[in-house]
Amino acid sequence: MKGIPISALLGLFFTVLYFLAAILAPWIAPYGMSEIVGDVWEPASTQFWLGTDNLGRDLLTRLIYGGRNTIFVATMATALSFSLGAILGFSAAVYGGWVDQVMARLNDLVMSIPTLIFALVVLSVMPVTLTVLILVMGLLDSTRVFRLSRAVAVDINVMDYVEAARLRGEGQRWVIFREILPNALSPLVAELGLRFIFAILFISTLSFLGLGIQPPEADWGGIVKENREGIVYGIPAALWPAVAIVTLSISVNLVADWVLNRTTSLKGGRGA
Amino acid sequence: MPDPLLTINNLRIEATIYAPGEKPRDAMIVDDVSLTLQKGKVLGLIGESGAGKSTIGLSALAYGRGGIRLTGGTITLNGREIRLADAATLRSLRGREVTYVAQSAAAAFNPAKKLMEQVTEATLHHGLVSKSEAEARAVELFRTLSLPDPETFGDRYPHQVSGGQLQRAMTAMALCPHPDLVIFDEPTTALDVTTQIDVLAAIKSAITRTGVAAMYITHDLAVVAQVSDDIMVLRNGQMVECGSVQRIIEDPREEYTQALISVRRIDHKEKKPTDTPLMTVENISARYGAMGVDVLSDVSVELYPGQTLALVGESGSGKSTMARVITGLLPPRVGQITFDGKPLPGALKDRSREELRQLQMIYQMADVAMNPRQTVATIIGRPLEFYFGLRGRERDKRVQELLDAIELGEGFADRYPAELSGGQKQRVCIARALAAKPKMIICDEVTSALDPLVADGILKLLLNLQAREGVAYLFITHDIATVRAIADSIAVMYQGKVQRYGVKSTVLAPPFDDYTDLLLSSVPEMELGWLERVLEHRKMESAGN
Repeated sequence: MKGIPISALLGLFFTVLYFLAAILAPWIAPYGMSEIVGDVWEPASTQFWLGTDNLGRDLLTRLIYGGRNTIFVATMATALSFSLGAILGFSAAVYGGWVDQVMARLNDLVMSIPTLIFALVVLSVMPVTLTVLILVMGLLDSTRVFRLSRAVAVDINVMDYVEAARLRGEGQRWVIFREILPNALSPLVAELGLRFIFAILFISTLSFLGLGIQPPEADWGGIVKENREGIVYGIPAALWPAVAIVTLSISVNLVADWVLNRTTSLKGGRGA
Repeated sequence: MPDPLLTINNLRIEATIYAPGEKPRDAMIVDDVSLTLQKGKVLGLIGESGAGKSTIGLSALAYGRGGIRLTGGTITLNGREIRLADAATLRSLRGREVTYVAQSAAAAFNPAKKLMEQVTEATLHHGLVSKSEAEARAVELFRTLSLPDPETFGDRYPHQVSGGQLQRAMTAMALCPHPDLVIFDEPTTALDVTTQIDVLAAIKSAITRTGVAAMYITHDLAVVAQVSDDIMVLRNGQMVECGSVQRIIEDPREEYTQALISVRRIDHKEKKPTDTPLMTVENISARYGAMGVDVLSDVSVELYPGQTLALVGESGSGKSTMARVITGLLPPRVGQITFDGKPLPGALKDRSREELRQLQMIYQMADVAMNPRQTVATIIGRPLEFYFGLRGRERDKRVQELLDAIELGEGFADRYPAELSGGQKQRVCIARALAAKPKMIICDEVTSALDPLVADGILKLLLNLQAREGVAYLFITHDIATVRAIADSIAVMYQGKVQRYGVKSTVLAPPFDDYTDLLLSSVPEMELGWLERVLEHRKMESAGN
């Protein structure tokens, strides 16, 4: 752990904290997820660290369980969008010709529809389950990753070492995963941090609009939605999820920056 | 002796190096170099890359490129200390007392402005003369530099003139303000030999006629011997030796200088063609895309097992296209390649793995020919794994054998390409090609990006490997000295056609055709007065016609 910059350590600490909280939610949450334990919108106290929500549930418990859902969906969606987008993007660049044209134009087509509207339409006709949510978000986001990875791979694809691999007779799999992927990692990692945060915002937006994670399940967007009327009376319950989103975003990007620095080194990160 | 124009005493130049992923560190670029330059004299600075020659050249303008700091010593120009001079003083002398000619004229000109505007810019900026006078000066310089249509040459845009003409236009730009000193930074390095000789002649006559002093920076001793009065040999930012041209060429004292002079004098006896060629190229014509012209037309050559065929030509002669056709990257339009007695499919995708294995390639730029994310062990080991199914310890053992064969020894297997020097990188590329145990290796300008001494080592290595493994080389190059050192037979290419083809001794002996004669006579020789002699000879010939 030597030589990690302080910013990355800070980011790493909070990221790990959030992920641990998400994983261990049933054991660390002080109350049950949808258990009504007090009055409506009680202020913070030793009993309820962050107060209670619009139905008298403990807000900290809701935040922990909400983080669990939000982070899970965002992680899965990001993983899906990256594996799909990067592989398709690299393939488009490597195969070139009409394969590339068809894929790129289809991608443009999907991208021309605003993501949120697209998602709302799809989710209003489909049953809203976690799987559907992850699929919709992952597929929509993969268009962005596709465009980035195609652009990066097109540049790498014309390098002499890729030509050398082709002359050796290597298949496209080797070219994509062994020649192109390691060299495209830096921009992809930078994009990963960003995309993960967008995914969190996206799922929160959907939940806020009522098409995301369904009550009584908690999630950060949903908590804002449930408690938004409280803001008028000066009750901060709706702001806590926002704080959570902000701290997680910054932490994840601090970590991504550090990983980026490591991957830019052409000496295998030695002596960094 | 009159006061010297430029005196540099104990110059020290440092820079901070920001390697990616590493802590910034300070490095000494130039260490304790002193020189004196009299008015009207030409000093040649020579050395390999990283010798600090360009940095010293630019220090005459008290300028350091990208983070370079002039940290010690004195630079006296026309009796004035300029190392610590303020910005206003420097502005007044740059482009007026000292001017600069860069290596790549194509990159140094603004493509959106006419040449005249750029050539006279510095002169007008300093308010030396009126616009019409400056233009008259420029036209006169165009004439001195034997540019075509000197009256209207300045009305052209940079893309409308050739590379050699552009380099001369930049020389005109440097001479226009009537400076005391011109710094020529490798002005002919990027040019073909036949163009280089014209530019060299133009620069030399312009220097003589205007009586300007100059610093001529190059890595080519033969070139610098033609234009300089004195030569300073540099290595790793330190002076090796300094003396008159004659003294350096005829009586070099330091071992390093001697090595530079004797470079490329590898004695290589040509082998006679055997009965059956390894590869026969018959009547190949090829073109790129739907373009209407053939880049290669009707090319036929043969390569014999264990021998070297050199393809020689200038840029645009189609020699690299030839490599693409043979490797299958560019299927020929017509013609047939026979390899090892069997016809070789034109397209890469139709070739079998065995056919691919037999034919390997080494690239000009070793930097981009190796995946920067793979270790040397992976780079060399992959062909072993791919063609022979070697894995684990067996593979590692063979990798080490190959590393020994390219004279790189222990401890290199785990390195990344970024941790190797230029010559070491090229050696690893050779090992990668050898790993496939090929019958033939295409070497595409493998030594042209390397310093002469390093290139020499690579050529010797290639010759040794040929003797040991019996591999044949198709050697693509523009450098006649390299050809002499390595080839058994030669094909001279010009505009996509084979101009002259045969065994080395026949091709390099008279009677020559016009192009081969021009090409061979344009190669600078390490000899005083060579330039004048060639030009005189050419003048007589053209007068005779």
